[in-house]
Amino acid sequence: MDAFTKLTGIAAPLPLANVDTDKIIPARFLKTIKRTGLGVHLFDTLRYDAEGKERGDFVLNQEPYRKAEILIAHENFGCGSSREHAPWALLDFGIRCVIAPDFADIFHTNTFKNGILPIKLSREICDQLMEDAKLGENARITVDLEAQMVVRPNGEKIPFEIDPFRKHLLLNGLDDIGQTLQHAPAIDRYEARQTPDKAWMPAIAV
Amino acid sequence: MKPRTLFDKVWDAHVVEQLPDGTCVLYIDRHLVHEVTSPQAFEGLRLAGRKVRRPDATIAVADHNIPTMGRAQGILEEDSRIQVDTLERNVAEFGVPYFPILSPQQGIVHIIGPEQGISLPGTTIVCGDSHTSTHGALGALAFGIGTSEVEHVLATQTLLQKPAKNMLVRVDGALPPGVTAKDIVLAIIGKIGTAGGTGHVIEYAGEAIRSLDMAGRMTVCNMSIEAGARAGMIAPDETTFAYVAGRPYAPKGAAWDQALAWWKSLPSDEGAHYDKTVVLNAADIVPMVTWGTNPEAVVPITGSVPNPADEADEGRRVQLARMVEYMGLSVGQKMTDLKIDVVFVGSCTNGRIEDIRAAAAVAKGRKVAPGVRAMIVPGSGIVRDLAEAEGIDKVLIEAGFEWREPGCSMCLGMNPDKLTPGQRCASTSNRNFEGRQGPGGRTHLVSPAMAAAAAIAGHLVDPRDFARPEFN
Repeated sequence: MDAFTKLTGIAAPLPLANVDTDKIIPARFLKTIKRTGLGVHLFDTLRYDAEGKERGDFVLNQEPYRKAEILIAHENFGCGSSREHAPWALLDFGIRCVIAPDFADIFHTNTFKNGILPIKLSREICDQLMEDAKLGENARITVDLEAQMVVRPNGEKIPFEIDPFRKHLLLNGLDDIGQTLQHAPAIDRYEARQTPDKAWMPAIAV
Repeated sequence: MKPRTLFDKVWDAHVVEQLPDGTCVLYIDRHLVHEVTSPQAFEGLRLAGRKVRRPDATIAVADHNIPTMGRAQGILEEDSRIQVDTLERNVAEFGVPYFPILSPQQGIVHIIGPEQGISLPGTTIVCGDSHTSTHGALGALAFGIGTSEVEHVLATQTLLQKPAKNMLVRVDGALPPGVTAKDIVLAIIGKIGTAGGTGHVIEYAGEAIRSLDMAGRMTVCNMSIEAGARAGMIAPDETTFAYVAGRPYAPKGAAWDQALAWWKSLPSDEGAHYDKTVVLNAADIVPMVTWGTNPEAVVPITGSVPNPADEADEGRRVQLARMVEYMGLSVGQKMTDLKIDVVFVGSCTNGRIEDIRAAAAVAKGRKVAPGVRAMIVPGSGIVRDLAEAEGIDKVLIEAGFEWREPGCSMCLGMNPDKLTPGQRCASTSNRNFEGRQGPGGRTHLVSPAMAAAAAIAGHLVDPRDFARPEFN
């Protein structure tokens, strides 16, 4: 996983609430055994018409947002399915940061595992950033994870909260399996312990 | 000791270690694996030279993209076939137990877990699928995870997690006749919204929940994720124990007694703290149907399409107007006036034998309306075989329904079972998102009884008008 430290880039405004993971990447594109190559299908039904031609009115089909690295959206972003293909598609397109008032839980977790930073900010601030984002090329937004700060094009700094453990993993691009394996002796001890829910549990074998 | 909730108790029993910032290494008892969200996880293990830590706590099955007809001929769609072949190679290489496609144990991962006794009360259960919340009906802590976490569980049998908040949803009083578990959960989502449970584990309680059989409880817990909740749980009781007893992977003999003692200690303590409480009266619940493109856009079947202009918030007004347009509706239109092209009975929400029986009870001696395509997709080979032994497959076939092989099917249109643009479907599945059942498809979420009644009537209809005393 790539580390996330500081990013200055074009932000695409997506003023929609309840953007579900079926919308981010429809199920028919999940039939892959790879993590890469999904960017072309990101927001497929919003981005393309029935003939597969780009819809000109969709933000990611417009300049300069084809090069967007930040996405600004409304409430409950990423609701629905647990498919990690949603963050994979965002990442493959080039999005490294999503800013919204709140996120669905599983999507929120999945973004961190892929080096994408989800930032929760109030609806009011998201709306201000949305206006900034509409200015396009001339209005780059900076996201500084170390300082936990979003910097608007006018220089205004907006602080954000983030779980310290997740911040640490993201800043250093750490694989969390590696982190957990540092606790392998504790896992061994747990498995050896006769907890009330262990002694009786049958093994699965077919 | 501080009074604890059901969730607190199951959580506490599975904490391997707590890190200084409160993140826990949480032990996972059961890991269910399917073909769509696992290939990249096994590939990750392979690249890092890691093994599956507990193959004996893992079960794999193909369900999402397999065909529901003629599967003995193999999978014709190449990308689906590659995904299933990849799963079969991976389970062989890593020694993971697997139910092959043509075996009777094969089925939707959330149907077969409880059916086989793999999903048990008081356990932690995960799967790379958001509807893992289903298994919470047994009193397990069960939740969906992404592929990176699938790999994490395969490698370590744990997850790094912070505890969720507790939310109580109580449904008081007796459920009126003709109202089902699906109607309860749709009413709950209509009340709390698609993000009403975010950050929480919902515990369902109250007389109406207690009176549900296990199939109904699974339907309710299944859709917890549609309310944004991390998981849904119902305290285990005699109904739970009677369901679990004797299943292939359930504990037996002395192990059963030991398990039962622990399971009986799980219900929430008197005075346990809930961060949020929501109460519904069962008497107020009627058969429900979604009209829009998320599960909170729901109305009673006796209702009509709402007017977006009545919505105060501008963003929501725009969203509701978009729903009306996408769904091909007009404001104020009665739900019962909506003609149906397709009926789908199945999925992890409503693909159990009780659901198929409910559909058959409505269909018996009646005919599917001309022009309607009606499909029944049993949730597992065991459900299919049981239905066939009871003869209800014949009842449904005679009425004009298609009787198909088990799988996820038209719930998410990853296999050939899809809606075509503009088609309107009464579906017993769990999501009515735009394009969920096929690009341009229009989904109305309903109970099995309403789905079958709609197939007969040719339009959305109140299933209570189709109730027959001999089946009640």
